[in-house]
Amino acid sequence: MTYTFGLDTFGDRNSDADGKPASHAQTIRNVVEEGVFAEQAGVDFFGIGEHHTEYFPMPAGDVVLAAIAARTERIRLGSAVTVLSSDDPVRVFQRYSTLNAISGGRAEVILGRGSSIESFPLFGYDLADYEELFEEKASLFAELLQGGPVTWEGKTRAPLLNQDVVPHTESGPFPTWIGVGGNPQSVIRAARLGFSLALAIIGGPPDRFAAYSQLFERALEKFGRPPLPVLVHSPGHVAATDEQAKAEFWPRWREIIALIAPERGFAIPTEESFDWETGPRGALYVGSPETVAQKIARNLRALGANRFDLKYGMPGLTHDQLMTNVELYGRQVIPRVRELLG
Amino acid sequence: MSKQGRLAVLGAGHVGPVIARLAVKAGYPVAIATSGDPEDIALITELVIPGAQPRWASDAIADADIVVLAIPLHRFLDLDPGVLDGKLVVDAMNYWPASDGVLEPFEGRGSSEVVAGRLAGSAVVKALNHIGYHELEDRARPAGAPDRMAAGVAGNDPVAVATIADLVDRIGYDPVRLESLRAGRVLQPGGPVFGVVLTLPEFEQAVRQDARSLR
Repeated sequence: MTYTFGLDTFGDRNSDADGKPASHAQTIRNVVEEGVFAEQAGVDFFGIGEHHTEYFPMPAGDVVLAAIAARTERIRLGSAVTVLSSDDPVRVFQRYSTLNAISGGRAEVILGRGSSIESFPLFGYDLADYEELFEEKASLFAELLQGGPVTWEGKTRAPLLNQDVVPHTESGPFPTWIGVGGNPQSVIRAARLGFSLALAIIGGPPDRFAAYSQLFERALEKFGRPPLPVLVHSPGHVAATDEQAKAEFWPRWREIIALIAPERGFAIPTEESFDWETGPRGALYVGSPETVAQKIARNLRALGANRFDLKYGMPGLTHDQLMTNVELYGRQVIPRVRELLG
Repeated sequence: MSKQGRLAVLGAGHVGPVIARLAVKAGYPVAIATSGDPEDIALITELVIPGAQPRWASDAIADADIVVLAIPLHRFLDLDPGVLDGKLVVDAMNYWPASDGVLEPFEGRGSSEVVAGRLAGSAVVKALNHIGYHELEDRARPAGAPDRMAAGVAGNDPVAVATIADLVDRIGYDPVRLESLRAGRVLQPGGPVFGVVLTLPEFEQAVRQDARSLR
């Protein structure tokens, strides 16, 4: 099996060394540098997740990816995720097809809800309509990806009649995934629409998702589709030692989860729960390159997955800490995981 | 009702399959249903909930002693209450406006009280809603295990509460009985035990402290 490894960011707002928040603009410029550096460090994919908040000022990741594309040659670039339900599938296709053109065919899209729900009120959508919005728009996106004129009618956007949507891709559909957070019906939908499966695992034991890879494989068979890859997306932080990584990450993690807990219903993390999540059975990849590599290798095997995307960074970490994370992940973690997986 | 009645789990999303798996493991006969054709969830049932039966919702409910509601709350509003008449209903749903949108009927009230109000012919018990679906299975332990955690069971009908307390115990948690659905508000989002997994003494203390703070 061929394994690939990515880094994802939500444009987590940086702080300077004194703890003073960097501007949104500076944070975005830093993300460009991190993406360019990720290629130099040997990372296969760089993803940007759509968010619309003060601490994740990243609503237009495709623009940032285009800047990275112009300065790189090999690394694949994509969303992680695009909140399709509150966007227009035609515009999403156009933006990423444009990125695909700029980058010479390196674009990808991960569709989903992610942890981002603030786009619904922002763009005038009702969260209660989430299911219908996602189902319709994902189906249309699947048609758009095939190229050629599209005829489509639904409830969530204007109909299309034999519509040619540009820019055309040069070599067929670009890789598209559906992000799944634990709903098995979303796994079936990914298979039905012919999208790859992205398992977003941000808490609890990752191996509980093992049946989902199997479900995906069987569902693809059932729908008469060829096998498609499975990726795992999880948060983490790599530093020289376990102690340093945890000391840097923990206060930032606690702060951000405490901030979003009331609206998402998360429990406020305790040092005990953090130790569990960063331990061998948990979902956070925080530690030295060896610790993180061991955990990635174990979970890729357990989950039958062939790509791992580490969501690096947290609001309040410094650009230097993130560059170190990118470097250690690319130069040490990835080669070590490949070695462990033989 | 036999000691381990038949379960119908409504909902095959994040929560339903987890509860169904735990119930299968505890020895309950379990049917799972969505609003659609059981054929649509046959593969999910086979691989993710082995041992459960995918069925039409009406058939699953008709044969069940206990019906677990694990559907999005806005879908509950579309459900015909009559189909649940005479049933013991476990409300594992949550009202969580920031995540799922505002639903007028649930504003400012205990969500299970609203559910019970609509299901006038059913005995409604609030349970299995406050431990995250990503943790519910992993934290389950047999009775007497030193690291066993607690789970709340709230309802107005003591017989129904006893039956569900038994279910909660069998699937792996120390049940904490709360004497009414009103008291069950402590299990809701924003309450002291929502999203946190606590031992029995911790759970009881959190509930007591919360009751004091409300006075």
